[in-house]
Amino acid sequence: MTLSALFFYLFAGMCVASAFMVIAVKNPVHAVLFLILAFFNAAGLFVLLGAEFLAMILIVVYVGAVLVLFLFVVMMLDVDFAVLRAGFLKYLPVGATIGILLLVELILILVAWATAPEIAAQAPTPPVSQMSNTVALGQILYTKYVYLFEGAGLILLVAMIGAIVLTLQHKRDVKRQSVARQVERTRERAVEVVEVETGRGLS
Amino acid sequence: MTIGLSHYLTVAAILFTLGIFGIFLNRKNVIVILMSVELMLLAVNLNLAAFSAFHNDLVGQIFALIVLTVAAAETAIGLAIVVVYFRNRGTIDVAEIDLLKG
Repeated sequence: MTLSALFFYLFAGMCVASAFMVIAVKNPVHAVLFLILAFFNAAGLFVLLGAEFLAMILIVVYVGAVLVLFLFVVMMLDVDFAVLRAGFLKYLPVGATIGILLLVELILILVAWATAPEIAAQAPTPPVSQMSNTVALGQILYTKYVYLFEGAGLILLVAMIGAIVLTLQHKRDVKRQSVARQVERTRERAVEVVEVETGRGLS
Repeated sequence: MTIGLSHYLTVAAILFTLGIFGIFLNRKNVIVILMSVELMLLAVNLNLAAFSAFHNDLVGQIFALIVLTVAAAETAIGLAIVVVYFRNRGTIDVAEIDLLKG
């Protein structure tokens, strides 16, 4: 019990500290790296909560794909990030005020919060000895919540097509294949048979 | 000492607040704003997973998965827009993105 508490404080502390560094560091590349650290520690918290599948998804999908995408974009854009940081101190007081107000409100909610006793679990978690977290998630995700799952797939498809359409650019001097023109090409229009007299050549 | 639900909720609340704080502090840099939004979504996911674990209800984790999906889609499209905007205007300063203001 003490060990899990120790790990909770380790992961939570690292997570909050690196989240703070994300918004505080000057270099956006460092910010992305700290965000990766924050997500790793959040994955540790998920493991402590027994949500192993979510933790692995967080590492594989989030750290492996989304944050690497961030890193690519930060390195690809040739932006002077120092200019963008101008006014950092100007917004500090109002930002700190609103942040602290919000935090106090959230913690006040936590203090006064209680679960309604009549609430019943929609899909009770099976004990770990019986079924692993991934199996249990799959058994309700593909049956009871299959439409949500399909919807998530559709959202990803739309995002993929949208991102490609937004960033694709056609260059003028690059030759491309036009399938329609290839298919409509006939023998009559492609080949011309010429009768050539001997010794004359084509002119 | 035993770790209860409120410990996790406090961590998530701090993360969420840091996300909002980040949007206020770096209000010129779109990329850091997107990263702050990621932090806030992470806090939401942590809340969902914590409630799911302490109420013995797997639906919270299903919903966290859906939130993750939406967050990934949002990031992909947001970064695509940032790249296209940078290609056209040569800047990603939020204060200068005002062409649609009229």
